[in-house]
Amino acid sequence: MRAFYGFEPKNRLFLGTARYPSPAILADAVKRSGVEVVTASLRREAGQDKAGEGGAGQAFWALIRELGVRVLPNTAGCHTVKEAVTTAHMAREVFGTDWIKLEVIGEDDTLQPDVVGLIEAARILSDDGFQVFPYTTEDIVVGGRLLDAGCEVLMPWGAPIGSGRGLNNVYGLRTMRQHFPDIPLVVDAGIGLPSHAAQAMELGYDAILLNTAVAKAGNPALMAQAFAKAIEAGCEAWQAQPIEARDMAAPSTPVMGKAFLS
Amino acid sequence: MAHSSIDPSRNRPLHVGIVGAGVVGLACAVELLGRGATVEIHERGAFAGERACSWHAGGMLAPWCEGESAEEPVIRLGQEAAGWWERHVAGVVRKGTLVLAPSRDRSELRSFGSRTTRFSELDGEGIAALEPDLAGRFAKGLFFEDEAHLDPRAALSRLAEKVLALGGRIHFGSEAAADDLAGDAVLDCRGLAARDALPDLRGVKGEMLLLRSHDIALSRPVRLLHPRIPLYVVPRADGLFMVGATMIESGDRSRISARSMLELLGAAYALHPAFGEAEVVEIGVDARPAFPDNLPRLTRRGRVILVNGLYRHGFLLSPAMARMAADAVLVPACIPEMLHDAAA
Repeated sequence: MRAFYGFEPKNRLFLGTARYPSPAILADAVKRSGVEVVTASLRREAGQDKAGEGGAGQAFWALIRELGVRVLPNTAGCHTVKEAVTTAHMAREVFGTDWIKLEVIGEDDTLQPDVVGLIEAARILSDDGFQVFPYTTEDIVVGGRLLDAGCEVLMPWGAPIGSGRGLNNVYGLRTMRQHFPDIPLVVDAGIGLPSHAAQAMELGYDAILLNTAVAKAGNPALMAQAFAKAIEAGCEAWQAQPIEARDMAAPSTPVMGKAFLS
Repeated sequence: MAHSSIDPSRNRPLHVGIVGAGVVGLACAVELLGRGATVEIHERGAFAGERACSWHAGGMLAPWCEGESAEEPVIRLGQEAAGWWERHVAGVVRKGTLVLAPSRDRSELRSFGSRTTRFSELDGEGIAALEPDLAGRFAKGLFFEDEAHLDPRAALSRLAEKVLALGGRIHFGSEAAADDLAGDAVLDCRGLAARDALPDLRGVKGEMLLLRSHDIALSRPVRLLHPRIPLYVVPRADGLFMVGATMIESGDRSRISARSMLELLGAAYALHPAFGEAEVVEIGVDARPAFPDNLPRLTRRGRVILVNGLYRHGFLLSPAMARMAADAVLVPACIPEMLHDAAA
């Protein structure tokens, strides 16, 4: 499978770390699902990190680091290029990684990415040595521009963040997969159920990034495990080369030679 | 069950030192005094609650609502709270909790209902019957009739008075540490300040506002659900309303952020536009002490027991934690539910 800036996780679920009932439950979800990559939002939780003695958010960062998995910091909640770039630099300092999930929000009701700002921020950060994971739409022209800007991964949305609607535009996502056959693609946002995640993997996507569907489930750890299984199943289904759907029945047992007089 | 607090070998009441006069320290003192021990509290602040995060609490005694995200012990132990507070201070209001959501976030109400118990569903008329000023504003709500609330600042000072009335002593402005205190046992109830002794304790920042408006009246706490930030408005006396509270993974206690201010005011305004004209009386910021599971703990280290990690449940869980702390001190063989013995 395609690697993410040289990193090839066995587990293709990327899990967000926000809004769990407790850090202990988050740790349990990470453990039970076996995820190898978690995302963490710097913007909200850091607060006035710089001002505090030793950093006011340090306790939470320590908990995230103790999960023992790779951290993909994100710029969630940033609305401008400048905010996103500043947040990315803070993230590099806090987590010691060049990875950054780049989010530049353009519209508050749908939390839809501002793709113009996204491309600009991606270029600035890539030039600065960041390895950018852009949260984008399924627009292939925008995808191409993001690659031009230095991105080596694309993360189109399934549906608006937190909506749990699944894949709103299957056609668009399939087109994107066909258009960028060598680029690792991640469905990021909008996933509600493991079946949504499996569907995206069956389209040939390389990973699924989600947060709310697990964090706000009644039993987050169990739901994380369910997602990991669904994603593994979808991934194997893609590798196994699924059959094409057809209009008419095709008998699975040959009819020819069957004793019809009995 | 009545356990004697007389140490039979010395034939005198057990003496317990307490560090911290926040809600936990005071509740432990009252519980111990009520069971015959003598108590002396050392508090670095100038009065009860001055430097405690309980000063900024909502004062909701809402175990069933908290069950939406909190674990089972919070729901069960929290049910002791309303009765305990009624026995010890005046001013507990038993009028339930109202949970509402704007129409576009109706699914939040369904999911809240699916994670909680002991409520009834209300339509617009039902909401108006409980809170006439909210008539016509919300079409659906949940009513947790058995819940209660109190004014936390009044409750803290009444609890401090009760400590004195029961013969306890409180030393304000004292920097004494747990190990400095005399006594058969010492309770360390310093909240987040005990991070030096409890390395996995962390701060969860909370921001709140006090608003004053005479254009609207509410009789009970109202929770307004929102996908990201569920907020609440709690009525207090004299037209005051507490609007709280954010939950941010940070130990910062210094300032509110502009975004939090917007969210808090936005919630109040969404509940009723009259809050747009309200006076902002106070902005409060503090950090709640929490362990990784967000559940409270008693941690025993020799004669010192640390009572900590009450997180956003200070008023809700202090009664149960005080009962357990008193058991741990007074009943030699007792191992209370939330006790974690420190590794040797």
